[in-house]
Amino acid sequence: MNLLKNIAKAVLPFAVLSGLLLFLSAREILNPYWVQILQLACIVAVSALGLNLIYGFTGLFSLGHAAFYGVGAYTAALLTKLYVGAYGDEALLATGAVFLGSLFAGGFAAALLACLVGLPTLRLTSDYLGIATLGFGVIMKVLFDNADSIVPQLGGARGMTGIARMTGIPWAVAALVAAVLVIRNLVHSTYGRALVAIREDEVAAAAMGVDTFRYKLIGFTAGCAFAGVAGGLYAHLYTFLHPSTFDFLKSFDVLMIVVLGGLGNISGTLVASFAWVFLLEGMRVALPPEYIEFRWVLIPLLLIVTMLVRPRGLFGVREFPFLRSKVYR
Amino acid sequence: MILEVRGLTLRFGGIRALDGVDFGIGQGELAGIIGPNGSGKTTLFNAITGIYRPDRGSIEMSEEEITGLPPHEITRRGIARTFQNIRLFRDLTVVDNVRIAHHPHVRYGPADALFRTGAFYREERRTREQVEEYLTIFSLQDRRKELARNLPYGDQRKLEIARALASCPRVLLLDEPAAGMNPSEVGTLMEFILGIRKRFSLTVLLIEHQMRLVMGICERLIVMDFGQVIARGLPAEIRKDPKVIEAYLGKPVGGVRGNKSCDR
Repeated sequence: MNLLKNIAKAVLPFAVLSGLLLFLSAREILNPYWVQILQLACIVAVSALGLNLIYGFTGLFSLGHAAFYGVGAYTAALLTKLYVGAYGDEALLATGAVFLGSLFAGGFAAALLACLVGLPTLRLTSDYLGIATLGFGVIMKVLFDNADSIVPQLGGARGMTGIARMTGIPWAVAALVAAVLVIRNLVHSTYGRALVAIREDEVAAAAMGVDTFRYKLIGFTAGCAFAGVAGGLYAHLYTFLHPSTFDFLKSFDVLMIVVLGGLGNISGTLVASFAWVFLLEGMRVALPPEYIEFRWVLIPLLLIVTMLVRPRGLFGVREFPFLRSKVYR
Repeated sequence: MILEVRGLTLRFGGIRALDGVDFGIGQGELAGIIGPNGSGKTTLFNAITGIYRPDRGSIEMSEEEITGLPPHEITRRGIARTFQNIRLFRDLTVVDNVRIAHHPHVRYGPADALFRTGAFYREERRTREQVEEYLTIFSLQDRRKELARNLPYGDQRKLEIARALASCPRVLLLDEPAAGMNPSEVGTLMEFILGIRKRFSLTVLLIEHQMRLVMGICERLIVMDFGQVIARGLPAEIRKDPKVIEAYLGKPVGGVRGNKSCDR
């Protein structure tokens, strides 16, 4: 009974949101370009929620998020491509079953890698972990650049082409709703509290019976799984993957979103993700073409101003009502 | 003996922070550890709670060897502690500070949390009732939504004890619970420690410098100096022990007392 109610609660926002967006795009109130941007914003939000779990909630300074995003993207894309190559028909792919499987595989691959990377590096603290994950990001970029020498379909530095266009509004919205629910329910449970305790004071957390290393690994792995799923959606939205999209510098984009929205704040990450994507694209429209690169001056300026005015992020400690804990008012 | 420490030795480079420490504490006892600064009292606590791994010796909790276990395993076996320099989760509320300590006793799995099953709500409610109980004992219930960092100092000390109790310990280690308290606060704290010991049938081991508290409530004292136990016994005996007086005040030199250059 409870389970059915919970499923209904998850399906409802998905149905309303995707229904509304599909309606708006069918009526051509939203043109295909903005529909695509909306999906990108959802994808970025999923990835940013993952980093918020890692950095905002667990306090693990990771600079390798884009690499995990990339692992998910390449894994999912390779799987659908191999499937189409092997069976020729796209019928099952069109039903979404194969796509769903490949998204999970992308998330799983990112999580598995995160676990392997985390086992040795999560013993490091703060800045040192940042440097270790940064190094991992650089290694992965090199790997993506040369991936075609191992698996030709991955395309290497020339980029991976011919990925089926599968991501649509329902997929992007479903992923976002699922990500928000998972992170919300996790955070407001004893598991989430264990993660936050580690962020606040690792020694005290251990003294309170929290297996700190295990939970750091869980937090890191789960956050990277989010990035992997987001990467899979990205690959099937733009149908083209290039290693530069997963460069370590791109990790800072996600980091900026998380910091801008507020560490450990779900609402902030959501708003900041959408604001980020729409500002970048909006300025493309608003700025005259010869000044378009000024986006990269304006965005950091905005970041500086936000940090001065709201050092704890856009939302501080406040959350949207549906993201608050119900058990303890 | 609920807690038994034998030959505990811990070196930091060339320094023997603990040098063959031996002692045992009986069920329900309230014992104190005293000693000059740097004598190894807090190091001993850190070794017992698994923050440091001793080089030699053993620690047993209810006949079970716990030497070298990680801190969370030791907490799960019933030893809780507070810290000398207060280690609260500063940016979390009073409620969350106490709730986290209940973590090992929450009985639902990750899937229950993700899908918010009946078990999840049931256990969260149970946790909440427990937490309220601890907060009421410490008269912190009106501050439950405040951040730990915003509490007055005395309340922070109390909250740390409440948090330690929420992990359901059998042995409670208090590291200088009265540090920075005024005489009337120390009086309340003394009653408090006696009260919770009775209520939760605890065994308490505390480090303290305030002699009023130590002499007032401890049934037995352990005196440390340079990483060794130099005396143990009843407070009244310890007070007169020449070795203890020497450790604290030093030896009189050749019968000459006072400073010669200040001729009176």
